[in-house]
Amino acid sequence: MARAPTEAKERLITVYIMGKACEVPAEATIMGAIEYAGHQIIRGAGCREGYCGACATIYRLPGDYKIRAGLACMTLVEEGMTLAQIPYVPAEKAIYDIEKLKPNVSAIQQLYPSVFRCVACGTCTRSCPQGLQVMDYVQAAKRGDIAEVMDLSFDCVVCGMCMLRCPAEITQPLVGILAKRLYGRYLRKDSPELAARVKAVEEGAYDAEYAELMTMSRKDLSDRYYARDTE
Amino acid sequence: MYPEYMAESLRKVVQTRPARLELARKSGPVYPPMNAEERRAVLEGFHPDFESSARRTVRVGPNRDESLTTEVADLLESHSWLRSEQVNLDRPDFETDLLIIGGGGAGCNAALVAMKDHGMRSIIATKLRMGDANSMMSQGGMQAAVSRTDSPTRHYLDAIGGGHFENKPELVRALTEDGPGVVKWLEDLGVVWDKQQDGSLKTMHGGGTSRKRMLSCRDYTGAMIMRTLMDEVRNHPDMIDVKEFMPAVELIMDTKGHCAGAVLYSLDSEEFFTVKAKATLIATGGYGRLHIRGFDTTNHYGATGDGLVMAYRAGAKLMYMDSVQYHPTGVSFPEQIAGFLVTEAIRGAGGQPLNKDGELFVYPREPRDIEAAAIIRECAQNGGGIPTPSGRVGVWLDSPLIDMLHGDGYTDKHFPAMYRQFIRYGIDIAKLPMLIYPSLHYQNGGIEINERCETDLPGLYVAGEASGGLHGRNRLMGNSVLDYNVFGQRAGRYASEYAKAVKIGKLSLAHLDSFEKELAAAGVQTELVTPVLLPSYAPEDVRKRQLLRADNELPGSSVLHNRLHEGKSL
Ligand SMILES: Cc1cc2nc3c(=O)[nH]c(=O)nc-3n(C[C@H](O)[C@H](O)[C@H](O)COP(=O)(O)OP(=O)(O)OC[C@H]3O[C@@H](n4cnc5c(N)ncnc54)[C@H](O)[C@@H]3O)c2cc1C
Ligand code: SF4
Ligand code: SF4
Ligand code: FES
Repeated sequence: MARAPTEAKERLITVYIMGKACEVPAEATIMGAIEYAGHQIIRGAGCREGYCGACATIYRLPGDYKIRAGLACMTLVEEGMTLAQIPYVPAEKAIYDIEKLKPNVSAIQQLYPSVFRCVACGTCTRSCPQGLQVMDYVQAAKRGDIAEVMDLSFDCVVCGMCMLRCPAEITQPLVGILAKRLYGRYLRKDSPELAARVKAVEEGAYDAEYAELMTMSRKDLSDRYYARDTE
Repeated sequence: MYPEYMAESLRKVVQTRPARLELARKSGPVYPPMNAEERRAVLEGFHPDFESSARRTVRVGPNRDESLTTEVADLLESHSWLRSEQVNLDRPDFETDLLIIGGGGAGCNAALVAMKDHGMRSIIATKLRMGDANSMMSQGGMQAAVSRTDSPTRHYLDAIGGGHFENKPELVRALTEDGPGVVKWLEDLGVVWDKQQDGSLKTMHGGGTSRKRMLSCRDYTGAMIMRTLMDEVRNHPDMIDVKEFMPAVELIMDTKGHCAGAVLYSLDSEEFFTVKAKATLIATGGYGRLHIRGFDTTNHYGATGDGLVMAYRAGAKLMYMDSVQYHPTGVSFPEQIAGFLVTEAIRGAGGQPLNKDGELFVYPREPRDIEAAAIIRECAQNGGGIPTPSGRVGVWLDSPLIDMLHGDGYTDKHFPAMYRQFIRYGIDIAKLPMLIYPSLHYQNGGIEINERCETDLPGLYVAGEASGGLHGRNRLMGNSVLDYNVFGQRAGRYASEYAKAVKIGKLSLAHLDSFEKELAAAGVQTELVTPVLLPSYAPEDVRKRQLLRADNELPGSSVLHNRLHEGKSL
């Protein structure tokens, strides 16, 4: 359905986009407010639904010394908010061959040794817009507990807010991605039926059935489809 | 929180819940699925594609005289950013084996296969950042026939029935037959699939599946796969050159009719660059940001159908571009997240769509077009919808059933992204239903390909959502994540084989001139300059003032002003 023409009755509030006062709808997300103010976002918007981390934004509220972090596409504006988007946080991704790593602390030591500089201040956890226990996964990385890093960093959108604020200059999200890959590659439990199915396909086990289905008349195919049972 | 006036309706949902829970616990459908006749009636009566202004005849190009989605016809009948004489093709700015346009799932797969299996170098040119793509967003999962009770041929039957038997059979075979291998391939790269205790893959139902076949990575399936692929791409900077904020605006041909690269446009510096490539892959994804029929969309910011128009001008034929996929369950309230996707896995796990009286009115797992049309019918004809404060309408999706069926905490654990989206607005989806309405979701058709991802134009390959034929006129959930993996890999393979043999001739943009002539001959008058690249969400008054600044008309929904000034050359 159409995007509703609601502008007319909207209540406006003032926010400061990189210091400049703008009147924007009180109910808007930060992203909506930036666009309402006439900016064409080029860096700073991707999925627009909270998955890609392109839209990291820092802001302060009036009378509050705290710097807060949020995803512009998911965070609502507030009266007097002053904000700036941080579309990119410099970080060096380690280059590696996953086949040559071991799923333990050695991989962390080799690729992201900065992890061991963590002073357990908790700033990363406090700045994560996803509400992840970032410090805990950094600690797990120090112990080489790859499964724990995978689990705790699973929902990371790589917005970079934690690494921007970390006093030890650790690149948390990159460590999370490494751990997830190590877990998937080495620590997963193998699926016996998957291996069997891949083999069956390679051996042409379904060729005859495919040949039959692909030459059926539309009517026969339709009959077969509507008659099929459901699990 | 929901507004006060919805309380009465919410009470009814709670009242009818015990009986519906009972139904859900029994085996068998909670509501009678439609037969072929009923499906036809609801589609023709209520699917947006069937409204009279939804389609029109396109007057130019390879699909001339065919009836296409109106907005697509508009997109195709438009001017290029470039004129052939403006561009110097003698010394290309970049050269490579394989030019991949679009850094989403299909593009990354292709680059990896081309490099690992064929030693081919590639350039990935992408509009925003790599991974700013629909592939990053899929929540629900990927279909693949891996369980004991399932088989690739059963997957074939489900997919082709869901597509109303119009899918190209050889594409469906490729999809379903390659499926299990893709699962394994991704796992070996490090994708963390949801598993059972014994290591077998966790499978769920999706709309139109007759076996539990949906594999997932919690509800961050797309992000998990996409980030793994991107990480691997970035492990090979010597072989794969990623150019971000560098969308393609036109294909380059050679005088023998081969596709031989593209012209890129830097969003940072507004410069144009030419790339000469032995083979070119369009992996630009879908078109949700064209907001067809004014619908909200689930798609990422750059989903503007660019690949379609570039390929069309060069002479590639499109298939099934008269059908649009509306996801049955987009968010209707709260307004800030209107159009956002509510994953189909919610219904797969037992969530039920209900009208304002808390009653079931459709089987929760019909194929998408049927389910969406049934929801629209319930609102438009039966008055079963709940109006929202912003003038939208919606029906309930009863999510609290999920914890009741699978145990407390299940929703939290399996749908963390969904939970997060709603809790910000004080709606705990484990306790309250969601208000939903169909949202513009997927480009069913696209540039026609065969099972080798080839098009009408030698040297031009297409994979993923930009392609047409695989899904017929209706894709089933989970088949497009599989699509971009299977066909991304196939494109990498076949484009590499082709690139090894081909000799590119003299580069040319003559097709742009012919297309302009065709527009003029057909009497097309339009201000639209495409590809659109990015939508504009500036309010109307702002846009009017922006127009004064440019000495040209603002091209439709495109944000970037028409820069076709005489004397401006590359
Ligand atoms: C919210 C959401 C949820 C979904 N959930 C599921 C699901 O659960 N299961 C399922 O099977 N499918 C799902 N889908 C569909 C599926 O994710 C997509 O169809 C699929 O990811 C498309 O992959 P792709 O590689 O073809 O395109 P994309 O991943 O969209 O990648 C295309 C890339 O090309 C870039 N691009 C566009 N134009 C240009 C240009 N001119 N030049 C250069 N680059 C360009 C884009 O910026 C983007 O990076 C979902 C889609 C959405 C939007
Ligand atoms: S862990 Fe860091 S990068 Fe990841 S979502 Fe949280 S703040 Fe962003
Ligand atoms: S912010 Fe840095 S130093 Fe502080 S806890 Fe997090 S990782 Fe450790
Ligand atoms: S735009 Fe992707 S997380 Fe906000």
